[in-house]
Formats: sequence, C-alpha cells, structure tokens
Amino acid sequence: MNESKDVEVHHITRVEGHGNINVSIRNGAVEKCEWSIPEAPRFFEAMVVGRSWNEMHHITSRICGICSIGHTLASLKATESALGITVSEQDLKLRKLALHAENLQSHILHLGFLVLPDLMNVGSVIPLATTNLAEVKIVLQLHRIANEMSNLLCGRTTHPQRLIPGGFSKIPSMKELTALRKKLQDSIPSIQAVAELFKSLAGKLPNFKRETEFISLTDPSEYALYDGKIASSDTGVAPAREYLAYANEYIVPQSTAKWAKHTRESYMVGALARLNNNYKRLSPMALQVADIFNLLPMCYNPFMNNIAQLVEVVNSVEDSIRLINELEAAGLKSQPDYNNPEIKIKAGSGVGAVEVPRGLLFHDYTYNDKGVCTKANCIIPTNQNHGNIQLDMKAILPQIIDKPQKEIELTLEMLVRAYDPCISCSTHVVKVNII
Amino acid sequence: MKPKIAFFDFAGCEGDQLQVANLEEDLLALLGQVQVVSFREIMKEHSENYDIAFIEGSCTRLQDEDRLKQIRKNAKLVVAIGSCATIGGINSLKNYTDLDKVKKIVYGEKAGLFDSYAARAIDAVIPVDAYVHGCPIDKDDFLQVVKSLLMGKKPDTPTYPVCVECKKNENVCAFERGQYCVGTVTRAGCNSCCVNEGTICWGCRGLVDNPNENSHKEVLIKYGLTVDDAIGKFRLYFGWQEAKR
Repeated sequence: MNESKDVEVHHITRVEGHGNINVSIRNGAVEKCEWSIPEAPRFFEAMVVGRSWNEMHHITSRICGICSIGHTLASLKATESALGITVSEQDLKLRKLALHAENLQSHILHLGFLVLPDLMNVGSVIPLATTNLAEVKIVLQLHRIANEMSNLLCGRTTHPQRLIPGGFSKIPSMKELTALRKKLQDSIPSIQAVAELFKSLAGKLPNFKRETEFISLTDPSEYALYDGKIASSDTGVAPAREYLAYANEYIVPQSTAKWAKHTRESYMVGALARLNNNYKRLSPMALQVADIFNLLPMCYNPFMNNIAQLVEVVNSVEDSIRLINELEAAGLKSQPDYNNPEIKIKAGSGVGAVEVPRGLLFHDYTYNDKGVCTKANCIIPTNQNHGNIQLDMKAILPQIIDKPQKEIELTLEMLVRAYDPCISCSTHVVKVNII
Repeated sequence: MKPKIAFFDFAGCEGDQLQVANLEEDLLALLGQVQVVSFREIMKEHSENYDIAFIEGSCTRLQDEDRLKQIRKNAKLVVAIGSCATIGGINSLKNYTDLDKVKKIVYGEKAGLFDSYAARAIDAVIPVDAYVHGCPIDKDDFLQVVKSLLMGKKPDTPTYPVCVECKKNENVCAFERGQYCVGTVTRAGCNSCCVNEGTICWGCRGLVDNPNENSHKEVLIKYGLTVDDAIGKFRLYFGWQEAKR
C-alpha cells in the first residue's frame, strides 16, 4: 500500500455555496484532510447595524435564498423578544405552517435534486429526467406543492413578504388552507413512492459511524421546529437565550470558516440531530418511515441525515394537516388589509432560535431606544456543522483509503452533501492562508 | 444545436438560481430548448463551453474579477440575474460603513485576514447584455428573458416606476397607510408584488432610468417625511447605483 492519491474537489457541486475538499494521501497515509470554504463573505452583522427594527427581517432573509423563511422567522423572533411584541395563537400556527413549507421544499430539493444523483450514479438530476422521468416527476410535483404552500403563507417562495413583526401583513383564507390540506393529503402516496425509491437505494449510503454531540431545539408538546429550548445529547436542556454557551464559534488556522463547538471537538445540527433528540415526538407516519430504514436514536451515521430529512418530510406533511385542522376548528379570524401591527419601540435585546432545514439557527439583536439595531449576531447551522464534517472526513478516510481515487472522492462528496451545507448562509467566513 | 447555458454565482444567497430550480415542470420544457452545461447548485458536470452565462451575486472582492472576466470571454451573452448582480443589491448596504469597521464588527481581531471591497453590480466589472431584476427574480420574468435571447431579441425592461403597476392593481398607497415606500423611483416589472402582499416597495429592482426625484421629494413633503427617512430606505438596495451617480 504505497500509493499516493490527491483528492481535490474545488467548488463542490450540488451544495449551496462554495466549499473545497482537499485530501492528500502519501504512501498510504493521510497527509492532509481538509474541508474549506472560499465563499465571499457578506458581512450581514455589520450591514444591519444602524437599520430599523422593521427592516431587519427583510435584510436578513437575504442571508440565504434556500432558508429565507427560517431566517425571516428567527429575525422576527429576535426582534419581537427584544421589543416585547406578542404574536397571536393563530399567527403562531400560520408561522409554523410557513416553516413546514420551507422544510418540505428544502428537504425535497436536497433529496431529489442533490442526493438522488449520487445514489443513481449520475452527475445531476438532468439525465434522470430521461432515464427515470416518472420518479423525477414525483419529486417535481412534491417540490411544487411545497412551493405553493410557501406562496400561500408567505406571499412567494423565496424571501417572504407577508411575515412581519407582530404577525402577518396578509393571511390566507380558510378556503385556501383547506385546499392546501387536500393537496398535502393527496401527496402522501407520492411521498411513500419516494420513500420506497430511497429504500431501494439505501444500501449505497456508506455504513459509517462516529460518535458526536447532537444539538437541536426541543419541546415537550411537539417536534420542535419553530420554538423550544436548546437540547444537547450530551448535557441536556437550556433556554435559547443561553445559546452562546453552546455555539462557541472559533477560528481554525487550517481552514477558512468560523466553526463551533460545545463540550466535544465538534457537534452536529440538522435533521439527524433533531430526530435523535426528539424521536418520540415525530408524527405516526413519520415514525413508520423511520422504522422502514431502522432509523432509531441514537444514530451516529451522518449519511443517515438524508433519511432523517425524508422522515421529516412526512412529519411536516402530517403536522401541517394537524395545524390546518386546528385553525379550522378554532375558526380563522380575519385581519385588516395591509395589516401593520402597532408596535411600541423600546431599547432591548432578544434572541430568536429556530430549527431550519439544515439545523439550529440563532439571530441575536440589540436595539437602542429608537428601535435602531446597534449589534447583531447570527449563528447559522452550516457553520455549526463544519467541525463535524471535518472530523467525519478524518474518521472515514482510513476506512476507504484503499479504494480507487474516484470512489474516495465520491464518498467524501456524499459525506459533505449529507449535511446539506448551505454555505452562502455563512454570514461570517474567514479567509486564512493555508500553511 | 441547442444553445449552451451556464450559471455562476458570486456574493449572494443563491435564491435566484433556486427560482430557476423552482421552474419545476417548466424547467423540463426549458431543457428541451437549451443545454445546461454548468449549474453548480444542482449538477456535477461543468464545461467552459457555453453561449449564455447567467450570473448571480455581486462582486465583492478583487480576486473575483478574474473569474468574471473569464466568464465574459467564454460567453457570447452575459445575463445578470437578481438584485445583487444587476444593481449591487442588499450587499451594497455595507458600502456605507468604513470597510475596516465592517470587518471588525464581524471578525474582531481577525479582521485583517481576508479581502473585501465595496459590493458592486456585475456591470461594474464586465459588460452585461441583459438583466433579470428583482430580489429574488421572478421565474416567469426569467423565462421571458431567456425566450427573448433565444429569439435574438433584446429583452423588454420597464422604464417606469413600480407606482404605475401598483395603481393599476388598485392598492392603497403605502404613504396613505402611514408607511413609506420607494415604489416612486423603483423600476417596475414586479407587478408591485410586495405591496400586493400587504407591505411596501423596498426597491429591489433598483432605480428606474431617469427617476423623478423632485416628484419623490414632493411626496415625502406631502406626507411629512424627512429626506433622512427616504435615504434610509434608499440605501437598502440602491447603494451601488447611488454611488455611481
């Protein structure tokens, strides 16, 4: 075993944003193994300083096109907490629906467009449109339903318009919501077909595990997405405002991104972390799908994050149906056109924590007595996962070191893709010269 | 032979490429007309041989200029998609603060370790042939521009402000509702979508050609607003365009 191999995947594809994998193997030994981020930094935390409380959600939505609903909601929660704004039960339910819409859209896009090609040995979904048109059409149809749901709740699919401090500028009618419920109910056979497709391909997901810490929100009454306390699989539960004790961001000399750690060298956020921490609160059908894949807590295989996303797709559909049922039972209250809740401005600071498709997201704002932002901190899921990705790479490399170069490359790419990294989200990325 | 198209991204949120992925069934129809040779967000294959390059995001670093120039050299047509690319967009908010300070706010002591300069539109670095405006772009608007280009025509871009569309949609004016809005000077083409959804125009499509600033000032005075109020809203998206004027 004296072979030398270099794996250099620059600008890894089928992920959001730019990331590089650099691996050197010399005489059968790993010389370098590095996950780095060359994405251009965008300085959102500086851009929002001096901006008004009623613009923050609009600006920070632009951190990420894929999870713009999640960023908007985390931003609104931080502002609402800082200014002491309460949101009605009805609006909370509508916001939870908006978050489900994004979770569905993002997970389906990831599974169908970004992961499936690896499992079917092609470079993208485009050739599958010829070879597997029926499957591709099912994925597109589910994606369309999720987007229609975002449109209905938020005004459009990317960068929501209707979500504002204190509630919504406009809400859907009960008729529109019941039509959505019908679509969601009708989508269940399609989701089952996707689950079967993944079941037939699941053998291609590497059987790899590495123990790590999982951090997510948790709530005693539901599978926590919109709200909850911080839960660590190592240390238990704490209020969201204590997030800085969990997401300790740091800079590593051999890489280009701010990373984060808690009690260990790294931790993982995202669908698998949520499932590991909140398995018991999944919806009935979601539990059935988890069962098909033998996905049980604690699962330490990061590749199973893909399957955890599939389980969450089912959970989001079922929970959305439940939320619409509750809205219907309570009777949907109408609100004025161009609704713009009156808000009393005061100085203060607040934290908004939301589970977005890729994991736990924090926005933390401080406002002066004029409602102008003086300080902001955003900690996004992908930055919290970088350390875990790097350590997984290091752990898996010795197991695949004898494989052909192409296979090593594919396995490492699949590992990164399993985390569904969303690098343009990386509000703060540091460029350091590589030694 | 089908024209070859490619997608590239610079500093941005990739929301515009997501709109292209969101074309869903229409994406399949589009694939009948063009050959996608590079689209990093959804495909592994990549080729330097393309006819039309779609560019998302602003240029925010000197080091990215070379990549842009290479794209210009390779492509017959360059299309800027989304506000960050067409006008500098929300990235140019940072241009109002001293760059060293911006870096310090985000990175503290490590501020000196990386490059960044004033965020700018793509046409500040290379010539651009067509624009798909908006934050995010509208997918039908994108299809219209692609269709025009495939037919060898210059795509239509409205040269009137959002107010025209907003009035047609019979919205209650944001100023009448006690809010302020930049629809008076923002390029139309969005069908006043944000006002239709109950909010205000934030200016994402950029300043219209020859904006009627006097009339905008009259509106501000009529509703008792200060120029500072207006400038604040202007800065959200117009930063790079304003600096250029």
